[in-house]
Amino acid sequence: MTTESRRLDGNAAAGRLADVFVFDATVVRTRCGTCGTSAPLGHYHVYADGPGMVVRCPTCEKMIMRLAQTPGHTWLDMGGAATLDIGE
Amino acid sequence: MAFVSRGFLGRSGTHRGTGELPPGQYDVGDGFPVLSAGPTPRTATEDWDFTIDGEVAERARWTWQEFRSLPREDVVVDIHCVTKWSKFRTAWSGVSLDTLLAAVDTSAEYAVAVSDGGYTTNLPLEDLVDGRAWIVDRYEGEPLAAEHGGPARLLCPHLYFWKSAKWVRGLRLSSTDEPGFWETLGYHDYGDPWREQRYAGD
Amino acid sequence: MARAAIRRRLTWRIATVATITRESDTARRLALRIDDWDGHLPGQHVDVRLTAPDGYQTQRSYSIASAPETPTVDLVVQRVPGGEVSPYLVDELRVGDELELRGPIGGYFVWHPDTDSPLQLAAGGSGVAPFLAVLDHHAAIRSSVPVRLLYSARSLGDVIGRDRLDGHAGRGVSVTIALTREQPPGWRGLRGRMDAEAIREHTTPADALPRVLLCGPTSFVEAVADGLVAEGHPTTAIKIERFG
Repeated sequence: MTTESRRLDGNAAAGRLADVFVFDATVVRTRCGTCGTSAPLGHYHVYADGPGMVVRCPTCEKMIMRLAQTPGHTWLDMGGAATLDIGE
Repeated sequence: MAFVSRGFLGRSGTHRGTGELPPGQYDVGDGFPVLSAGPTPRTATEDWDFTIDGEVAERARWTWQEFRSLPREDVVVDIHCVTKWSKFRTAWSGVSLDTLLAAVDTSAEYAVAVSDGGYTTNLPLEDLVDGRAWIVDRYEGEPLAAEHGGPARLLCPHLYFWKSAKWVRGLRLSSTDEPGFWETLGYHDYGDPWREQRYAGD
Repeated sequence: MARAAIRRRLTWRIATVATITRESDTARRLALRIDDWDGHLPGQHVDVRLTAPDGYQTQRSYSIASAPETPTVDLVVQRVPGGEVSPYLVDELRVGDELELRGPIGGYFVWHPDTDSPLQLAAGGSGVAPFLAVLDHHAAIRSSVPVRLLYSARSLGDVIGRDRLDGHAGRGVSVTIALTREQPPGWRGLRGRMDAEAIREHTTPADALPRVLLCGPTSFVEAVADGLVAEGHPTTAIKIERFG
């Protein structure tokens, strides 16, 4: 078994991101701040079995977002994402 | 609202009352869950080294071969993951951090464990000495598998297991406590399972 | 281009188990009655949350297996040995019980019937669940979009939704089932793991420009995705739902 075999998709983060955003994050075109890949967040890789969720670029595997929920708090780090293009 | 799922006890409802389970934990039995925040790094032992740097008089570095020739210890310990599983009597082998830290001169009080793949976690230096922490490269008599942190991981079993950084490559010593990967995302800076220090503020 | 429509906040709500039916040796269909359900798109999922009497909570995501036209919202749950949630849902839950959930979630991994592009589906194990919703919706709206399903299961007893799939095959959907571990005598479907040849022979060719949805264990969907890319399908046409 490898950790890659536990990899999920941006879809798996959708419920938790719905606690934060008023839009459906999985269809938001997201640009990786490291390699410039641009794709809907649903296309990104998610590692969800640690204490929080980590979203990684499907091309370069660099972290674009991490999210943790602790009692009474949602912690969101989007330091690795360059831009989100939210369609109307 | 106090909704309860009829007939659901959860894992936390079993294996209690032995005195060996910290609060809120359950016994995972023979399983050994693999938790990861990213792809498995695969560093070949010929490319591996372990360094202690930061606030030290002179940094120390061991190649794999040098590390493997250090005095070794076998340890059998219980481990407790913040995601609520505990695993009893896990058998590891490696080098005590007392041995490694003896190679540097420092007045630092904190350490950040730094791993391949970018993971970090912070610990007080005093929790890494006096026979309470090791760099382990063998589990249950076999070389440590990559998914469990091989070639080598930190083992600091008296704290939640996220402190026992997989794929560890070094310690950075400092006079200040610098929160690591999960600690900057709401998890506790110390992480004592017996005081259930899961989250910041616990 | 899908839209990130502003919508009301997703809240936890109570569903009532209306019926439970057997879908395979290890899987059950839970038909849920949910008041004021706003509808969903085939491919979307819900988060299910279980709460123990001591307050302990855990949650999992399950694809919706029923078409929007169905009066209930159905989940197909396969028992994972040693699992925490699926044994409860498969073995303990009874008709009339309440279940806490939120949804529908996710507008990315969905089938929009509004274009003529052919649809290629590939499922591993219980990953077929969202495609049961897709196929039922395809039938309900009498869509003329050509659909193929490539479905890999361990044995015939593990195949989920056999009767429904036979029904869809009867109305022109191409259904190919591969049994990886055990095949009954006279089995005429595929055997063993999905390989490059099986993918080439039993999926819509890249030059037909199909939209592709893959759902299943990570190792399965990544192998099929690699095979499809090798056949010339652009990665942007392939949407994946992995479940680790």
